Amino acid sequence: MAAPRIKLDKKEAKKGDIVEVKALVAHVMESGQRKNAKGEIIPRKILNKFTCTVAGKEVFSADFEPAIAANPYIQFKFRATESGPVVLTWVDDDGSKIVGEDKITVS
Amino acid sequence: MTLMINRRQALAVGAGAVVLAGGFSVPAFAKNDSAELIEKFTGGKKPADGKIKLDLPEIAENGNTVPMTVSVESPMTEQSYVQEVLIVTDENPRAGVATFHFTPQSGVAEANVRIRLAQTQNVVAIAKMNDGSLFTTSKQVKVTIGGCGG
Repeated sequence: MAAPRIKLDKKEAKKGDIVEVKALVAHVMESGQRKNAKGEIIPRKILNKFTCTVAGKEVFSADFEPAIAANPYIQFKFRATESGPVVLTWVDDDGSKIVGEDKITVS
Repeated sequence: MTLMINRRQALAVGAGAVVLAGGFSVPAFAKNDSAELIEKFTGGKKPADGKIKLDLPEIAENGNTVPMTVSVESPMTEQSYVQEVLIVTDENPRAGVATFHFTPQSGVAEANVRIRLAQTQNVVAIAKMNDGSLFTTSKQVKVTIGGCGG
């Protein structure tokens, strides 16, 4: 699986600045509604949970349903308080995880 | 026709309004589980209008991927912040779209994702603040090509 693409609008921030995160991950997000050529339902397989931690603290998370488009894109913001890794985690229906990381330097 | 408009308005302003309009928390004519999801999220409380904004295209040519931004006015401090935002649709086979969980460290209560819409319908967003107050908004999106396959 291709690594997720993550972009922070700034790498260095002053304490209290708002940092915008954009992330894109390759995933089929199979809805569980579609049928194959034989008329059988294709089983659901989506990323159902997204979490972002900054310097070890959770700042934002989301629960996804099948109504999230394939190759899910997410954009959100956080307030810079301390330097550290920005870790983005997506959890698949099968329990596997896709993890991407960037970092923020706060002065 | 009058009934139709009532139903749409009722769904648009959330389960609370349904209680007012019909005396039932789950309307019998609901096509999917949106009323149930809203009821579960709000605990039966009626959300107020305002503070929350949904940004969606008026017409989506392709329902497979419709950009959606939800934002809520809030200082996002430890004393006052947005806890959760629920997004549901009223005509998708399954109503749920996403639930966003914010923290005071979010700084701004705003998220953008791309969603699937099976047909022309309303998208409803409800925000829950840390003090338990609820705010809602909805927006209709006209979909040219549906996005749930099949």
